[in-house]
Parts: sequence; structure tokens; C-alpha cells
Amino acid sequence: MILFASQSSDDTAALARRIGARLRSGDVLLLDGPIGAGKTHFARALIQSLLIRPEDVPSPTFTLVQVYDSVAGPIWHADLYRLTDPSEVEELGLSDAFDSAICLIEWPDRLGIRLPPGALRLVFAQGAGDDQRQITCVAGDGWPDRLKDIVP
Amino acid sequence: MTARNPDVPTRRLLGIESSCDDTAAAVVSVGPVGARVLSSIVAGQTALHADFGGVVPEIAARAHVEKLDTVIRAALDTAEVTLRDLDGIAVTAGPGLIGGVLSGVMCAKGLAAATGLPLIGVNHLAGHALTPRLTDGLAYPYLMLLVSGGHCQFLIVAGPTDFTRLGGTIDDAPGEAFDKAARLLGLPQPGGPAIEQAAMTGDATRFRLPRPLLDRPGCDLSFSGLKTAILRARDTLVTAQGGLYRRDVADLAAGFQAAVTDVLAEKTRRALMTYLALSPDAPALAVAGGVAANCSIRSALQTVASNAGVQFTAPPLALCTDNAAMIAYAGAELLALGLTDDMTLAARPRWPLDNDAAPMLGSGRKGAKA
Repeated sequence: MILFASQSSDDTAALARRIGARLRSGDVLLLDGPIGAGKTHFARALIQSLLIRPEDVPSPTFTLVQVYDSVAGPIWHADLYRLTDPSEVEELGLSDAFDSAICLIEWPDRLGIRLPPGALRLVFAQGAGDDQRQITCVAGDGWPDRLKDIVP
Repeated sequence: MTARNPDVPTRRLLGIESSCDDTAAAVVSVGPVGARVLSSIVAGQTALHADFGGVVPEIAARAHVEKLDTVIRAALDTAEVTLRDLDGIAVTAGPGLIGGVLSGVMCAKGLAAATGLPLIGVNHLAGHALTPRLTDGLAYPYLMLLVSGGHCQFLIVAGPTDFTRLGGTIDDAPGEAFDKAARLLGLPQPGGPAIEQAAMTGDATRFRLPRPLLDRPGCDLSFSGLKTAILRARDTLVTAQGGLYRRDVADLAAGFQAAVTDVLAEKTRRALMTYLALSPDAPALAVAGGVAANCSIRSALQTVASNAGVQFTAPPLALCTDNAAMIAYAGAELLALGLTDDMTLAARPRWPLDNDAAPMLGSGRKGAKA
């Protein structure tokens, strides 16, 4: 488990870029935390650091899934908040994407038992100050090595 | 109704839309006396929305397939036409959820192959953007503000395939912000009407909420920071007094609505200036989407338009939410230009209207704090 005390949204974005630089196809990041904790902000910074062509990264709350072409292969950015049944995950095509793309999943609790076993879970929580966040990385198989020195 | 043009032959099109939550079919006729919606059937599940804190996604491609047959039959029956009376099959080919879009495209290809009718793939956003021509017969070019749950952008619409994006949200769409703000305040979903209702008795000046990106040039918008500001204000109150009084909820709702209104009004004013530089013959601003149903926002935008000497129109809500009449209508405009597709028509989950628009990098949170 790695704790990261982010002092600002820029700090969070920098962590996102550092993690992004170590990702490859088949990696799944589960972004946990309440509304306003910074999940989408983190995802946006990570995706934009890897895009082949700069583009906007809108919130996927309504569209459920946004797919991007990145230098590290396709990135899926999903927000499962509106899902009501884990079976809908299959219909979104997420299970296949878990194997073939980099997946950033907000509200992953909606996945139910379909949580990919090797996923990296990031838990976002409000810090003491308005702009501060506590980000906890709960690493699955192989992640501790890959995240070595990720926090400066 | 669309501008009258005696040279235009009357064409009837079937429209099919299954790119998001709903499955829809419609028949629209476009001719010398304008455009008419002969039928518009939407199979959704609005009644379930309130139970789940937002719009329930009906994402199952399977469900779309099952419903497509039913809604198409209902659309033809209601319009009192058969496939033989049609001049074309228009279908949403993107953007949207791949399963839904694929189902619609496959279905339309099947119908086109069986009937020999022209097949027309339509961009879902183009459908929304052309709706003011279907409902009000606006002349090109007009300025369009598309504001809904998932979208928020300013477009200059100069033709059925000619869109210039002046700006849009860099994070949440306003509809999404309303939903999330309502959730944070314990108000029911959908959040738009709930916030508006609560705001009626509220004091918009009690909480100083940010006006994101107002300090920056251009027409880009940001609403994510506003949501965070509501969260902060709420938590401060809860810590101080152990909970929220009705008065607090009303004041926060009013403050939130005022902030969204101010931002949309100012950005619309800027977009109008860019648009008016094109010297349009019949300048018009069209606002389409659920957010236009908010009286405070609508009236602010009406004032901005009227100050600029521009006609204001907001198509009826039933034609601003996802529907197939707009797809049939957009299909008719494309068909008139000979822009049809063949059996290679592909579903495009991502299909920006204006590929040349430079996105704004960075996040809205900075703007929110500024």
C-alpha cells in the first residue's frame, strides 16, 4: 500500500502522469472515492499525458465509456456510477477491454465480483485543506515493483 | 417549419436512434411546405430514473435489438405509412455506445437492403444541432448551444455537415453538474428540476460559488469545480451545525443555479459575438437540451440574445432529448445533397462533429479556483 498526500490538483495530475508513464495494455486502474474527490481529474491528467493527439477528456458519467488512442495503446475511461447490474459490464465490452486496453474505472464497486484480480486500486479522499487529497494505492499482483519510487 | 422551397420534392424518411440509453424510431416528411414529424417513438425507462440517482442506462445491445423492431413498427403505424412509402432510412452511426450504435446500424442496413432505399448514416450530435431547422426552420448559419446531460458545446451550424465548434465544457456537462449537485444536497433525481424547485425560495447570494473559466477568454466552460464548491459548502455546514436545514439547501441550490446561469450567459454572449462577425442574414440562437428547460437559464439566455438583436429559439424538449425524428430530419438534409452511404457504413463510437477544433488542455478545477 502506498500513501500519497496530494497538496493540490497539480500534484494529483503529476502523480497521474507518473503512473501513466508506467502503464501498458491490460492494466486496470480502479478509481474509488466520493463525488468531488478527484477521480476524473486524475484520469484526465493521466489520459492527456499519453494521448497521441491532444483532445478533451470529458467526464464519462453520461456516456459511460470514452475510448482514447494513446502512445501506450487504447485507453478506456469508464464511469460505472449509472450501472445498476454488474451484468451490464459485459454489455459495455469492459471485460474484453480489461485484457486488451488500459482501463481507468470510476465507481468500480459496480463491477461486483467481476473485479479484475491484477487491478491497481486508487482510493481518493478529501485531505485537510480544500485542495488537498489523500490518495491510497492498493496494489494487486506485480504492482509494488512497478510503482517503486512513484512517490518522490 | 423549415423554410418553404417549391423546388424541394417531398421525402419521407425513417429515422433510427439507439446510440445511448433509449431506443427510438420516427418518420419525418420534408417537402415544399416544410418538415413534419409524422411519428416519433422513444422506448426508454424514465420512470425508473428516480430510483437510481440518475438516468438509468439501458446499455444492453440486446435490449436495443429487441426494441428496434417494436419501435420501428410503431413509428410506421403511427405515421400511417409502410416501408414502401419511404424515400430513405436514416440511422445514428455514432457517437455513442458501440453496442447500441451497432444494433441500429445493422438494423438500418437490413431495412435498406430489403427495400432498396438509400441508407444515410447520421452523426447523433448533428441530429441535435439540426433540430432547430426541423422545428423552427432556422436559416443557416445559426448559433447552437447544445446543453444536456452529456453534452455542452457552442456550434455555428452552416450546413448539414458544416459545424464549427466555438467551445464546450472541458469536464462535466451542466446537466451532469445539476444531477451531482442535487445528489450532494440530498435532492431527488433528475437534478435539474429538483435544484430549480429548491432554488425558488433560496438566497443565491448567501454562498459565494465560483464562476469557472469566466476569467479566461473564449467559449470553453467548466462545471466540475462548481460541484466541488457545493460539496465544500455542504460539509462546512454539516460540521458546524450537524446537518443541513431546508434553508441551507435552498440557498445552495439557488447559488448553484445562479453560477451555472451566469457562466452560460456570459459564454453565450461571447459565442454570439464570434457568430455575428459572420454577418448572418437572419441571426438566430438555438438552445437545445434539457438544461434549456430551466427557467432561470432560459430567461438569461433570452436576454443575451435579445441584447444582441438575435432571434432566440428553444425547440420543444421532446425533440431535444434523444429521439429519432432529428435523425430522420438530418438524414433528409443529407439525402437532398446526395450524401448517402452504402453497406460499408460503420458504427463510430467516437465521431466529433468538428474534427478541426483545438481542444483546451488542462482541467476546469483551476478555473473554478481562480
